[in-house]
Amino acid sequence: MRMDALKFVGKRLLLMIPILIGISILTFAISNTIPGDPARLILGPKATPEGLEALREDMGLNDPLYVQYGRYMGGIFQGDLGQSTYSQKPVSADLIRYSPATFELTLFAMVITVLIGIPLGIISASKKDKIADQITRIFALIGVAMPAFWLGLLLLLLFYLKLGVFPGSGRLDSGMSPPTYITGMYTVDALLTGNWPVFKAAVMHLVLPGITLAAITIGMITRMTRSSMLEVLKSDYIRTAHAKGAPENRVLYGHALRNGVMPVITLLGMAFGHALGGSVLVESVFSWPGLGRYAVNAITYLDFPAVMGVTLLIAILFILVNLIVDTLYFFIDPRLKHN
Amino acid sequence: MVRRILRSPLSVVGIVLVLIILLTALFAPLIATHSPTEVDLLSKLEAPSAEHYFGTDEVGRDIFSRIVYGTRISLRIGLLVVLISFPIGTILGAVAGYIGGRVDQVIMRITDVFLSFPGIILAMSIAAALGPSIENVMLALAATWWPWYTRIVRSSVLSIKNSEFIEASRALGANPFRILFKEVIPNAIAPATIQASLDLGFVILSAAGLSFIGLGAQPPSPEWGAMLSNSREILRDAWWAATFPGVAILLTVLGFNLLGDGLNDLLDPKQR
Amino acid sequence: MALLEVTNLKQHFTSKKGVLAEKTIIKAVDGVSITIEEGQTLGVVGESGCGKSSLGRSILGLVQPTEGSIKFKGEEVTEMSSKQMKELRKDMQVVFQDPYASLNPRNTIRQILEAPLIIHKIGNKKERKERIESLVAKIGIRKEQLNNYPHEFSGGQRQRIGIARALTLNPKLIIADEPVSALDVSVQSQVLNLMVDLQQEMNLSYMFISHDLSVVQHISDKVAVMYLGRVVEIANVDELYSRPLHPYTQALLSAVPIADPLQKRNRIVLQGDLPSPANPPSGCPFHTRCPMAVKECASIVPNLEEKSPEHFAACIRV
Repeated sequence: MRMDALKFVGKRLLLMIPILIGISILTFAISNTIPGDPARLILGPKATPEGLEALREDMGLNDPLYVQYGRYMGGIFQGDLGQSTYSQKPVSADLIRYSPATFELTLFAMVITVLIGIPLGIISASKKDKIADQITRIFALIGVAMPAFWLGLLLLLLFYLKLGVFPGSGRLDSGMSPPTYITGMYTVDALLTGNWPVFKAAVMHLVLPGITLAAITIGMITRMTRSSMLEVLKSDYIRTAHAKGAPENRVLYGHALRNGVMPVITLLGMAFGHALGGSVLVESVFSWPGLGRYAVNAITYLDFPAVMGVTLLIAILFILVNLIVDTLYFFIDPRLKHN
Repeated sequence: MVRRILRSPLSVVGIVLVLIILLTALFAPLIATHSPTEVDLLSKLEAPSAEHYFGTDEVGRDIFSRIVYGTRISLRIGLLVVLISFPIGTILGAVAGYIGGRVDQVIMRITDVFLSFPGIILAMSIAAALGPSIENVMLALAATWWPWYTRIVRSSVLSIKNSEFIEASRALGANPFRILFKEVIPNAIAPATIQASLDLGFVILSAAGLSFIGLGAQPPSPEWGAMLSNSREILRDAWWAATFPGVAILLTVLGFNLLGDGLNDLLDPKQR
Repeated sequence: MALLEVTNLKQHFTSKKGVLAEKTIIKAVDGVSITIEEGQTLGVVGESGCGKSSLGRSILGLVQPTEGSIKFKGEEVTEMSSKQMKELRKDMQVVFQDPYASLNPRNTIRQILEAPLIIHKIGNKKERKERIESLVAKIGIRKEQLNNYPHEFSGGQRQRIGIARALTLNPKLIIADEPVSALDVSVQSQVLNLMVDLQQEMNLSYMFISHDLSVVQHISDKVAVMYLGRVVEIANVDELYSRPLHPYTQALLSAVPIADPLQKRNRIVLQGDLPSPANPPSGCPFHTRCPMAVKECASIVPNLEEKSPEHFAACIRV
């Protein structure tokens, strides 16, 4: 079995290589569509033709595209994603600095999604067409159709501005210093160092953006769980269990749950991707100092290397998460092992 | 067929919402009570009232009228993006599925690359590269949307490509071009069409998001996402400015989603 | 000169499951030689999976043959350019088994029948219209029905439309792949009679592929029996049905229901399943199921030999 798992993961890793190359080509191509001459952008309108030409030569802009791409790839492999024109620091350093905040927020949102979305889907399926189901379905429909950044604004309006129960921006109360750096995720680090006031503040700051981000994925996961459960409940072996006179709850929780919820796990990777994408918008609503806010700032200041760095990092993260989810699923679903 | 749609109450809600949206866009000048862009500093930040149904913003523009005109912008974005990405995705998917082999491999690997980005991130970086404007947001969204149609169309082409009517056409001497456009695509396009109707909503949602972070429509355009972005400055004083544009987006997306779901059930009654 | 002359035709498919799996070669057609004369019908019978449909598709050029020669009116088909091939299409047409799958559901009958004429740029709009209308008159469909869609017709009507489509280009040869097996028995004879009438009227040749021996008997001049990609027996229809030589043919014929219950018959029941064409038996492919098999059958591949005048069989025991 261990060999099987190794082979499975190995194969997936191999399949990732062409995708990663494709991603790098695509990001390189996007960087190259920037209208206008980067040399002119840097030197400004007063540049002399000789100055422009010298800078172009210096920046390698006169090299053929494939040489430029080779240089770009070589840079990526050395962790060199260029210099952020806004922060004046290497993009890779900025990404390392801002990533933990985004991980913390996204993971928190995923936990909320799983804790709410899956149970809602199960309830909805088991009470098909009853009131609970109808309400859940409408709730899920709205969740899917709602702009998350708008929900963020409404939550901010209600719980921060009107009621004042939750903080509205940042990761900690003002004046509070972050916990000792271990993972960079404040809640985790505060927990590990036993720093309770910081832990409490960090959790309070997570609540509103976390719920907002989770709203994007809860609707999706609820719908998927519901339809997957319904499929299982219709299947022959469930009807057999009913026919044998097994009590309703045992049928539902014993037989149906395992088989109904399992396919949803494969969707968690996709949900994570949605959440990562959504973080760009949500972080900007709550001034959450993560990758999303960094990217939006970079856009405002026309800081290209930074935008492309975030894009590349998020794409790679998305692929890795899907790999992890597939591997998890491989261990859970016995059928795949023989394939 | 019509009767079957009408039997599902949610589909009816979808149809009604979509109709309202279409009519609003069509008759915006008749429905709007004020100019969408006219500044009236004397009546700034007014709460909803009989004069200003949804209140006014920080320079006294009527939010109701802005939302009404915004319908046109959003619909135009949704339609154009789908109209660009749908044919591209459909043709690539049909070619990949019908021809197979190397061509299929290449097209599908490219598709995989595009789908390995969370959609909004890819659109964001393309739009950022092209420069902030609504046209560029449309281009960026179209560039990220086509792979979905490629996948859907490819799989339905695979399911029909060995049909006898396609073999018959080959036996008649039809060239691959004719077979693709007259025989394969018309019979493989239905699932993608349903996806397109769902996507009209999701495209509008994404475009609003991109405008929200400053990439799409620029002020003073009454685009809903841009209006929400603007409302952040006056959140404390004008809850209405942050509320109503979002409701408009929600209802629009919901309308197209319900319509798409209804169509989907029509095509495949087993799905429910 | 025969209209169609097929010599030693082979049609092999390679199938590969998964990236690392080994290739398997399926010999769907493995060295078939047949001829069809002008105005004549060759019946091709065999169980499903014997390669009779692959033979038809290979002759039609829907798949590229692996080996062998196909001559149509003396010209080598396998070496034709795509332009010559397109010309050939006018002379060689096909009718498929499933009348529900062989007509594009999104096109009207008029569009379906007009397509061949448009593809080959025949006639102007008015001429095409006249041609289509005279054609449907022949198959018993009213011209008012031309604007209907396939699903509005019965199976028998659809199959007649399929035949009409094959006839639009005035072909010499029609390859009919199980054209009636999807139809009700009552409708089968209607369609068969129509095919016979059209043959006489238009001097058509048919290659009539079927698993049903009684249907083949009704329409054929000559019959070829196929087993695992090879022709095991071929003869004139009366000869073959009254004096079958190959044990496989005998087994097939013994299973055909007959009208006269008093007639004495010995039903020969074949043992075992049809072997996989991916892994055919050694020697005579039929020896694993043959009631007459002897030891040599497992090693000697029998050739198709003329056992009596114009009657060929591939069996070392006869």
